[in-house]
Amino acid sequence: MSSEILWYANRATGAVCLVLFTVVVLLGIAVRLRTRLPGLPRFGTVNLHRTLSLSATAFLALHIAMAVIDGYVNITVVDAVVPFVSDYEPFWLGLGTVALDLMLAVLITSLLRERIGHRTWRALHWLAYVSWPVALIHGIGIGTDTGTDWMTWLTVSCVAAVTAAFGIRLAHSARDSRRTPAALLRTAEGARS
Amino acid sequence: MDQKTPQKIDIDWTACQGHGLCAELLPDHITLDEWGYPLVDGGSIPPRTLKRARRAASDCPVLALKLTARGAPL
Amino acid sequence: MTTTTTTTFTDVYMSPRLLAPGGTAADLSTHELRYGPLSYGDPDTLLRTVAESGLTGRGGAAFPTYRKLVAVADASRRTGRAPVVVANGAEGEPASRKDKTLLRLSPHLVLDGLQLAARAVGAGEAHLAVEDGASYLESALAQRNDPLPVQVIRLPKRFLSGQASALAQYVSGNAPLPRHQHPPVRERGVRKAPTLVQNVETLAHLALVARYGADWFRSAGTPTQPGSTLCTLHVPGREVRVVEAPFGLPLNRLLPLEGTSAVLVGGYHGTWIPAAEAAQRTLDAGDLGAGVLAALPTDRCGVTETARVLRYLALQSAGQCGPCLNGLPRIASAFQTLATPGPQANTRQDVARWSGLVEGRGACHHPDGTVRLVRSALTTFAAELDTHARGLCTASDATPLLPIPNEAH
Repeated sequence: MSSEILWYANRATGAVCLVLFTVVVLLGIAVRLRTRLPGLPRFGTVNLHRTLSLSATAFLALHIAMAVIDGYVNITVVDAVVPFVSDYEPFWLGLGTVALDLMLAVLITSLLRERIGHRTWRALHWLAYVSWPVALIHGIGIGTDTGTDWMTWLTVSCVAAVTAAFGIRLAHSARDSRRTPAALLRTAEGARS
Repeated sequence: MDQKTPQKIDIDWTACQGHGLCAELLPDHITLDEWGYPLVDGGSIPPRTLKRARRAASDCPVLALKLTARGAPL
Repeated sequence: MTTTTTTTFTDVYMSPRLLAPGGTAADLSTHELRYGPLSYGDPDTLLRTVAESGLTGRGGAAFPTYRKLVAVADASRRTGRAPVVVANGAEGEPASRKDKTLLRLSPHLVLDGLQLAARAVGAGEAHLAVEDGASYLESALAQRNDPLPVQVIRLPKRFLSGQASALAQYVSGNAPLPRHQHPPVRERGVRKAPTLVQNVETLAHLALVARYGADWFRSAGTPTQPGSTLCTLHVPGREVRVVEAPFGLPLNRLLPLEGTSAVLVGGYHGTWIPAAEAAQRTLDAGDLGAGVLAALPTDRCGVTETARVLRYLALQSAGQCGPCLNGLPRIASAFQTLATPGPQANTRQDVARWSGLVEGRGACHHPDGTVRLVRSALTTFAAELDTHARGLCTASDATPLLPIPNEAH
């Protein structure tokens, strides 16, 4: 396979990863908000989130493999797990490595969920909210087709979707913490008068 | 988990957020109350339902549903 | 129907065991003079004596003390971790004053009992949990030469502060919120060690059982419910009193039943019983709960009193568990409707439905106890509820009977 084809395939898988992981984050937020997806039972939302995250991980593996195998630029296996030590674009590539490391922490703790308990799992799962923007910035910084219309459009859409969903999620959290016994008593008494 | 010890459903109420997955997976044993929280029949889980019960325990988004040995001293 | 004759009230229902006569606090020398020295003996002998005495917990659940001690000791052996002992003097029940009174008058009995319990389970750590300032506790401790040092823990003033798992959480350095009971506190409590949480009154009895033996303990009370217990008596027109009485004592010897329509037995998780029924009953560990006995005069409204208590109980929910958080405020508000003379619509059915929904569906027994009170009120005050539905109320005195902390009107 020619270096150039590998190189373009790498960019393509990168874009697919962006889309897939964006949908994974949106589904994760949907689970947290107890949103019912049309046509799916509730356990469907959870399963889709999990299944898609595994698919996204598979595409990510492909994306990384192509970057390493390709001889056009010098990227080694070490560069895939240790950030900021590569020859090629150490900073932008390093961000990708950081995002991978964080995502692996999320993935592994999720696979061992029942063993480590909910509290520990939840604390580490928050790293997903760090991994996603870091990966996004990696894509923007390292991409040579950042300037093209379709890539810009795609990036903006993903950012808009995640930002909106995260905002709703935070609003729900704030609303839930306001549901104290005193507040519910006030509501119940207000409804009766 | 010993297959022969009868199992029953135990809910950690401090964790339960009313996601309702358990009621979907075990409709013969769990229904939801008017606030969305699970109403569990207190009996043992029959062996044919055990696999789905284990799935409910692992799928619960907040790990609130657990299976415990029936008759365990409280 | 029994009518009671004029009853003379004295504070002596039996030879006092726990409370220093004269109402003054006993310092260490007075304590040792009164009760004699304490010898620890070996744990097995102590456990045997406790078993023979039939001592049960005085914190509300009346669980056999011997079984609790053995369970903690067993958990310790299994996990290889030294247990923690917590003397529970939190007394979150607003109507109860017995634990505070006991700690003020006979702190050394409680502290003796704490050391004995620690010895019996092999504890490495001891705490005394209280709600108030009570700085005299540190000075009482300073007078002693205990084998195991005791840390005094001061809790926030909440109804659930004394709940065993909430208490264990607070001692561990977390918020005092009840936890899921699997595994129970006796297996995994303070900092994940097996923990013995024992009411201070139980420990005081333990201190006397260790000195005088099982037969002595059984010389008061009944064969199935041996010993004595502290009660807080609420009688309108009289000061709130804490008295010591033997199990089996007729209730009409503790409370005046003439001019009384109903009696609250146990506390805010207890039951209302009609005065006629109270006349037939005796002091019984099965329903005595926190030891509160309150007489409701005939000219006051029991439904209104209950509504006040239910409002408090709803506000005191830890707010962690969905059914309790959703159910208790609705039940409280509905009872306010029932307490107001006028059309009631489906309120009684709503209360019954919500009661069924909250019972047994929480990390602790707060919803269960609340439902117990609700159901007893619906039964005992059934006639008054019907009267309210017709737009009338038979009560002529609106003075509140039961103490509610920080009540907003």
